[in-house]
Amino acid sequence: MKSSNVVLKVVTGGYLLLFFVYLFLPLVFMAIVAFNTSPIPQVTPWEGSTLKWFGKLFADGQMWDSLINSLIVAFFVVIISVPIGLGASLLLTRMQFKAREGLYAILVSPLLTPGIILGISTFLFWDRAFFISGGLWTAIMGQSTFISGYCMLLIMARSQRFDKTQEDAAFDLGATHRQVFWKITLPFLKPALLSAAALAFMQSFENYNTTLFAIGFEQTLPIYIGTKLRSFISPAMNALACIFIGLTIAGATVYEIMRRREHGKN
Amino acid sequence: MRRLWQDAIRSFGGVGIAFILLTVGTWFIFMILLPQLIMLDFSFRPLLPLRKIGGPEDVYTLKNYIVLFTTPLHRAIFLKTIWSSIVVTTVALTICYPIAFYLAKVARGARLGWILMGLIIPYWINELLRIFAWQLILADSGILNQLLLFIGLIAEPLNFRAGNGAVIMGMTYAYILFMVFPLYNAMESLDRNQIDAARDLGSSWLRVHRRIVIPHAKPGIAVGCIMVFMLAAGSIAAPQLLGSPSSFWFTEIIYTNFETANWNQGAAYAMVLAVLCLIFIFGMLKIFRVGLKELAS
Repeated sequence: MKSSNVVLKVVTGGYLLLFFVYLFLPLVFMAIVAFNTSPIPQVTPWEGSTLKWFGKLFADGQMWDSLINSLIVAFFVVIISVPIGLGASLLLTRMQFKAREGLYAILVSPLLTPGIILGISTFLFWDRAFFISGGLWTAIMGQSTFISGYCMLLIMARSQRFDKTQEDAAFDLGATHRQVFWKITLPFLKPALLSAAALAFMQSFENYNTTLFAIGFEQTLPIYIGTKLRSFISPAMNALACIFIGLTIAGATVYEIMRRREHGKN
Repeated sequence: MRRLWQDAIRSFGGVGIAFILLTVGTWFIFMILLPQLIMLDFSFRPLLPLRKIGGPEDVYTLKNYIVLFTTPLHRAIFLKTIWSSIVVTTVALTICYPIAFYLAKVARGARLGWILMGLIIPYWINELLRIFAWQLILADSGILNQLLLFIGLIAEPLNFRAGNGAVIMGMTYAYILFMVFPLYNAMESLDRNQIDAARDLGSSWLRVHRRIVIPHAKPGIAVGCIMVFMLAAGSIAAPQLLGSPSSFWFTEIIYTNFETANWNQGAAYAMVLAVLCLIFIFGMLKIFRVGLKELAS
């Protein structure tokens, strides 16, 4: 019995290790290449260490333009998606009506639709209905179509745990709807709203598929990366990847710390 | 209906109702319903020069759909999209199932936190960059070729990017984590006592999984499979970065249609892709006997 447990532990540990090697090794390689002098992105032969690819990246005006576009798009996606997610979650968790399940299915459907389809339909709709051709606005609309769904699910998860007697008590004591919303509902939902905003920002900032079809001739950062990677590959892209990885690790660490603190509180 | 209205007034007030109607209404009508309808309309119309749009030739037609089945190349590429998405989904499920089970029912405390963080980091890294990493590995002068040359297994660099293997590998790598988290969430809510009881009564591990864990994790399995299949079938980054001229993908045909301003053809193919995903979703729900409602949990 004991020895079979040891075998099981070794096998599980080995499998886990293998999985993490599979996940991280490609990323590690990609990051290391950013520091190789060789103009072809590769690890071997190592032609000497350098930081010049970071310099090349920062000197690229297109990169900065697309970064600014990305930030603009992400900002508006947050502004649009979080209220929509809030409205939908209030409707779906507080009200009982016949079409509830059907409406829910329709509202989560963009999450299960390939991004390119959302991009195409948004592009065609705005072009045809309002004569607005593809640009930052259509990218914002296309992304918000599915990001609102993520926000809705996040806010719903918290909203379902809400103790409605708090609101009822407030109403009984003569509070107005506005007071109840600002003093009770909103404070309770605040953590979910904040994480919805963070998720919406990240989803927007990362989005490639939907944006590619919706944005026309403009560029966000992922579109810029995609265009670069499809043509001539320079280690400058590895430098950018390095920065992304660094930011992601920092973000994940902050997220984990916050999660543990939140957990400790409850 | 009146009861519903009274309920709504009581819980939200006039301003609250207006807010809900405005937000949900905008989302439903202007972002989900009308764009899809416009795309559907496009897909049934012929490609015409601008001055002829609205004229006598602008009638509904099935032409854009028929092309898919009468062009052997397009048909073959469409079938390839289906089977390779199924391959990616199956591989992801097989690899992730043990990982998810370990996380949900074996690992605990700080160790669990670290492993989850280790999964979240690559999950958050841009899809394009994750595929780019494989571009570097599989390139002619890439790491894999260098390694094989160094060992002496091959004399000349191999072209890994010919054919479809590279794209499928890239998709698997890029989307595999979309399988882990739904599986983990579903398994986490399983009571450990059920497993212990079955083990104490002499069930083999295989039986425990077949009779207890898998039935409990069904919604998670369905969600994971749906996500991975949808992402693979709709992936444009993987074919663009890892595909070779000899390996063209369905999403690339759609993209080419849009680049050449043949929106009608592109819309029709996009509809076909949407229907494919819809069929897969309902198939999964049927196989695992899961309701739509359970999907989000």
